[in-house]
Amino acid sequence: MEWLNTIIQGTLLGGIYALFAIGLSLSFGIMRLVNIAHGDLIVLSAYVALVVGQGTGLDPISSLIIVVPVMFLVGYALQRGLLNQTLSGGLLPPLLVSFGISIIIQNGLLQGFGAYTHRLQEGAIETASLRFPGGIAVGVYPLLVFGVALLALASLQILFYQTGLGRAFRAVSDDADTAELMGVDNRKLYAVALGIAMIFTAIAGVLFAIRTNFDPAAGPIRLILAFEAVIIGGLGSMWGTLIGGIVLGIAQSVGAALSPTWQILAGHLAFLVILIIRPSGLFPRTRD
Amino acid sequence: METVRVERGTRTSYIFPAVALIALAVLIAMPWWGEAGQMRLVAEMAYYLALAQLWNLLAGYAGLVSVGQQAYVGLGGYALFYLTGALNVNVYVALLIAGPFAGLLSIPVSIAVFRLRGAYFAIGTWVVSEVFALSASLIAVLGAGSGLSLTPAIVRQIAPDRAGRETMLYLMTLAVSAIVFGVVYLLLRSRHGLALTAIRDSEPASASLGVNTFRTKFIIYIVTAACTGLVGGLIFLQKLRISPEAGFSINDWTVVVIFMVVIGGIGTLEGPFIGMLVFIVLRELLADYGAYYLILMGALAIIVMLKAPSGIWGYISHRFNIELFPVGRRLALAPAEDGGKK
Amino acid sequence: MTLLQTQNLSAFYGDFQALFDVSVGVEEGETVAIIGANGAGKTTFLRAVVGALETGPDMVLFEGQPIGHHTAHDIVRLGIAMAPEGRRLFPSLSVEENLLLGGYSKRPGPWNLKRVYELFPRLHELRRLPATDLSGGQQQMTTVGRALMSNPRLLLCDELSLGLAPVVIRDIYECLGKITAEGTTVVLVEQDINRALDASARFYCFQEGKLALTAPTKGFDRAAISAAYFGI
Repeated sequence: MEWLNTIIQGTLLGGIYALFAIGLSLSFGIMRLVNIAHGDLIVLSAYVALVVGQGTGLDPISSLIIVVPVMFLVGYALQRGLLNQTLSGGLLPPLLVSFGISIIIQNGLLQGFGAYTHRLQEGAIETASLRFPGGIAVGVYPLLVFGVALLALASLQILFYQTGLGRAFRAVSDDADTAELMGVDNRKLYAVALGIAMIFTAIAGVLFAIRTNFDPAAGPIRLILAFEAVIIGGLGSMWGTLIGGIVLGIAQSVGAALSPTWQILAGHLAFLVILIIRPSGLFPRTRD
Repeated sequence: METVRVERGTRTSYIFPAVALIALAVLIAMPWWGEAGQMRLVAEMAYYLALAQLWNLLAGYAGLVSVGQQAYVGLGGYALFYLTGALNVNVYVALLIAGPFAGLLSIPVSIAVFRLRGAYFAIGTWVVSEVFALSASLIAVLGAGSGLSLTPAIVRQIAPDRAGRETMLYLMTLAVSAIVFGVVYLLLRSRHGLALTAIRDSEPASASLGVNTFRTKFIIYIVTAACTGLVGGLIFLQKLRISPEAGFSINDWTVVVIFMVVIGGIGTLEGPFIGMLVFIVLRELLADYGAYYLILMGALAIIVMLKAPSGIWGYISHRFNIELFPVGRRLALAPAEDGGKK
Repeated sequence: MTLLQTQNLSAFYGDFQALFDVSVGVEEGETVAIIGANGAGKTTFLRAVVGALETGPDMVLFEGQPIGHHTAHDIVRLGIAMAPEGRRLFPSLSVEENLLLGGYSKRPGPWNLKRVYELFPRLHELRRLPATDLSGGQQQMTTVGRALMSNPRLLLCDELSLGLAPVVIRDIYECLGKITAEGTTVVLVEQDINRALDASARFYCFQEGKLALTAPTKGFDRAAISAAYFGI
């Protein structure tokens, strides 16, 4: 039954990858902006949680009460202050500005915290597992993370389809100029959008940092994982991103089962294969 | 009646090459008047300049913003080490093979990444580079995680004595940098360069005029990869060691290169020079402050992109109407040749 | 009172000048038509008024206040709404969601979802469909309804009849009559000259970005209009 364990682990791994991807998906869907600093913002969230934990003694998951609003404000400020000005300049400005932000965050964290690795400690839940007949073992923590991913996607579904704000997001994503003619302040809306993206990024950052060592340079690989989940799933589809994350997770899990050092590479290779065979992803939805 | 003719340069642009040639002669003579440390710095400037010119050709002219060129630096380096170490190829021959090797591997890469556009293309090239880095760290004959070193025997193939080696490596780097620059310059002056500028300005428009945009971009990508591989071979020949982390380091080979081009002036030939100088100066000035010079360069790149997207050189050249390396074509009014009798 | 006044309005797309010193006045409660050939600057004029195009601060006055430098979303809040050329409905939104989005600025007034459905009963049946699934005429009604949802004092209609069958156009203009009966001031841009003139009290004729002719519509000589329209 080892292969079943592998599949289950891979599927649950897809949960954290989907959480990584949400922020990226949101900012691309609403603003057509690919934020190269996305991975570094995930890592920044982990460092904020570290500082909050050291200062207040809160455990990481509880510290989200502070980390989430902080990261919302960071996202709002970044979009309002910098990224909004790149939106009408074509391809290069958003890419290069977010690239610059990425390097600044990485090196700022390096200067501030040094190159040491850290991990957030949540306690016993990190290693607890549920046992099922047939030798199947499911980690409680990965199950929790997967559940959070489902909740996150469901809440986004509600936001987009049942609220006025979500309606405005969809309108702006369709036709920003006409939305402005309806009274929508695009600049503010984009800032709110990145702020909301950062809420999920903060959650993803804290959850991943409980299980994985992180250091200032841990951002880029997170960006790549988020990106792979989005592309495999198909641009423009939130639930597709979950499927993309699961496919990525399973590919990595299978690779790891062959040899632990193969895990990340297996994910990359699966991504490239899908890119070559089915470039628009498994469930593409974006109108361009 | 006045006629219009097409001019290739301004007055400044005819004076400047003469100045440049003199400077180049001084640099070539450096082994005879300079110290080893100075030569190594100039060599470093030369190879960074080459990498910057190549990235600029790819991103600023062909519109292919790649964040994965470090893949070819690493591939060139590893090719050199493997050929000389495991296959006993002469070091000079190996260097000549390193470039085309990288170029060859860029062909399957392009099949994958050309399916992506814009920022997604950028991240895709990054993934490919990670794949190469991870693969290198898993392959035993490539030294796996620790990498490879050049044996003293191989090193001696460059030149029998230390001073000779310093000189040879220095001159080779200058030569490669000059050749890369020459290739880029001639390419941009040619029809292909005009095609590239058209593609950069408007791909649909240029396609409708018969420019084969896909093939042009494809060729540029492969040529750039090959040249980057050559530079990579040269870089690691000087470092004497290569590892997956160093060979495929995005920070060393891509981040600083992108900053150089953006700050200096993307899409211009002069920009990479200026950007490279800014980088070296900042790095030397802030050497004692750890990563601050990178933070500063990042901030500069952001400011440039928001306030002066054509970079330092773009700003200067528009303000003062100078072009040092003429690649454009200007329309000038000329008096009729026969004194106006028409 | 004069609701809208433009004073020597000039507008540019980059280096290209699209409007030259256009002075137009619209009284409250009026329906004014703007006619002219393609490229005459009619849509540019509307875009300048609604804030989608930047102009000098004093070039556009609304209720006596300069709005030339205001952003489009601020201008909606002040009480100007547009039914844009080509309808520009949001494809990801249903008919009802498009209408609700029109009310984003939450301006108080007589118009709400219920009243828009009373004006356009057909839309109520179709309200859950994606807006772009509707026929041309129904989409046009949705566009007008969406603009009404912001309770504008001034409604700008750009090419209502574009691409529609005569029967459908007639229905839409009937509804327009009901809208103006509520006291809404309307500026109508139209290529269909007869429709425009039948629905309006005064008209302006644009020609190559300039004002060529303005007069009350009642009894005005159509031949003179043709001359101004084509710049003869």
